[in-house]
Amino acid sequence: MEKFVKITDTAIPIATENIDTDQIIPARFLKATDKKGFGENLFRDWKYKKDGNKNLEFPLNQSKYQGKILVAGNNFGCGSSREHAAWAIADYGFKVIISSFFADIFKGNALNNGLLPIQVPEKYIKELLALIQEKPNTKIAIDLEKQTVETAIGKITFKIDAYKKLCLTKGYDDIDYLISKKDKIEAFEKQLEI
Amino acid sequence: MKKTLFDKVWDAHVVDVIKNGPQILYIDKHLIHEVTSPQAFNELEQRNIPIARPDKIVATADHNTPTQNQHLPIKDIQSRKQLEQLTKNCKNNNITLYELGHKYNGIIHVIAPELGITQPGMTMVCGDSHTSTHGAFGAIAFGIGTSQVAQVFASQCVLIQKPKKLRVNVNGKLKKGVLPKDVILYIIAKLGTNSGTGYFCEYAGNVFEEMTMEGRMTVCNMSIEMGARGGMIAPDQTTFDYIKGKKFASKGISFEQKVTYWKTLKTDQDAIFDQEYSLDAAEIEPMLTYGTNPGMGIKISEKIPNQKDTSFKKALEYMQFKPGESLINKTINYVFLGSCTNSRIEDFRVAANYIKGKQKAKNVNAWLVPGSQQVAKQIQTEGLQQIFEAAGFQLRQPGCSACLAMNDDKIPEGEYCVSTSNRNFEGRQGQGARTILASPLMAAAAAIAGKIVDITQQN
Ligand code: SF4
Repeated sequence: MEKFVKITDTAIPIATENIDTDQIIPARFLKATDKKGFGENLFRDWKYKKDGNKNLEFPLNQSKYQGKILVAGNNFGCGSSREHAAWAIADYGFKVIISSFFADIFKGNALNNGLLPIQVPEKYIKELLALIQEKPNTKIAIDLEKQTVETAIGKITFKIDAYKKLCLTKGYDDIDYLISKKDKIEAFEKQLEI
Repeated sequence: MKKTLFDKVWDAHVVDVIKNGPQILYIDKHLIHEVTSPQAFNELEQRNIPIARPDKIVATADHNTPTQNQHLPIKDIQSRKQLEQLTKNCKNNNITLYELGHKYNGIIHVIAPELGITQPGMTMVCGDSHTSTHGAFGAIAFGIGTSQVAQVFASQCVLIQKPKKLRVNVNGKLKKGVLPKDVILYIIAKLGTNSGTGYFCEYAGNVFEEMTMEGRMTVCNMSIEMGARGGMIAPDQTTFDYIKGKKFASKGISFEQKVTYWKTLKTDQDAIFDQEYSLDAAEIEPMLTYGTNPGMGIKISEKIPNQKDTSFKKALEYMQFKPGESLINKTINYVFLGSCTNSRIEDFRVAANYIKGKQKAKNVNAWLVPGSQQVAKQIQTEGLQQIFEAAGFQLRQPGCSACLAMNDDKIPEGEYCVSTSNRNFEGRQGQGARTILASPLMAAAAAIAGKIVDITQQN
């Protein structure tokens, strides 16, 4: 996994609430057996209109919005556990998602793919979305070490599990960690089976 | 300290706790399927890590399988490859697979309980959010992403923060025509789609105690639709009777010993939950969704509400419904009876019982998709198939089918489908398809009438 430390960039705003993983990557694109190439179909059915033309109202299709940060409405990533959603977002080039709420499984999937989900208060997300819509070149500075998000509307801190933070900043993953605990796990298994 | 049912099962599976971090939770059963496992197998192969406990894994093909002519080669090349990959991965790693056509094949959350794989007190995971279904047996069961599937392959454990505890109590007498599906749709509509996020939910009260195992599975299945990682119901005699004699259930004395342990799996009196709700069973009516998330549900007697926010408007726009409207008498051209929420034998009995002696409406395409080969067989044995056929319905072969429309079972654009599945997201049942979630009884009634009917007004 790639290390994550700091990032300062512009952002793409998708103000919709309850964005489910079926929208992020529709089921018909889940047939691949590797992790690459999902970015192409990210938000496929919102990016294209029924007639096959690009939906120019959708922020990902508006050239004024650029950047590695996705800012989205409340309850992002709900629904299906498909990790393909996190792969698609990462593959598209995003490094950070800011929302006022993330669904549990999605949050874990994002972190396991070096994608940082940042939860901020609802009031802040609303102001941030409005700010980006008004000034698309707004910069957002994220510092994982200090756990801060800074923009023109102020600087706030966010929470992240200490272990997950370590994994992200060092580029470790859970498999390495679990394998290092093999003896403990095997001892546990033995007492279970008695 | 007083413990909840969830604490009891969880605490018995904690291998280790990372300071300021997650816990290492041991997993008793790992269920896998073709869509979310291939990348995990690849990961292990690339890193040269063996699968720790292949004997604790069970695989099936369900998400991407056709529901007609299963004996023929699959036409879609990518789908066929995905299934072949699963077969190869299972074979190379000594994993039990109930592949397409096997007498135990079916939707993972239908087959594990019916084979007795699911048991009280277990920890279970699957790369599928509806793993919560198995909580109906008093197991801790939850969905995981593919990275975690790889973790479980490598270590038989997951790293996870212990969720908070939530209890939803429903007591009282259910009205006629109100099924377990209505109970859970009501809970979600009432509490909201993210009310459960961060929590594991226990369902308690006489309403759940009186339910069959099938009903309890329907309820726990949709825990994820209120954001909860999983749902559980304390095991009782109904649970033990269901498991007894199933293929993988212990036999004789060892079964009795298990039952003695299982009986201890109850929330202690005075145990504390982080959040608790109590709802009145008498308030519940047959439910329908009108929007594009499962929390957008109303009682059959209610009208679509009005809200100002843009997400709400976007949902109604997609569904082509208006605030203030009733759903009764809306024409629908599709009905889907299936999915891991409602494709068990009891669901088909309910539908057959209603359909018997009636005729399917001409405008309706109805897909009846059993959850497993065993359910399909039972439909035949019990004579339900004849009832369906006489009424003009055709049964399909088992699989996830139009629940996620990964195979050919797609609802055409713009059409309304009354569906017994669990998600009404935009495009979930096919691009542009409009899903109305409901119980098998409401779905059967809609299939006969060709429109939504108020079953409480019928005899
Ligand atoms: S039936 Fe639907 S919800 Fe259930 S496992 Fe299959 S796709 Fe998922």
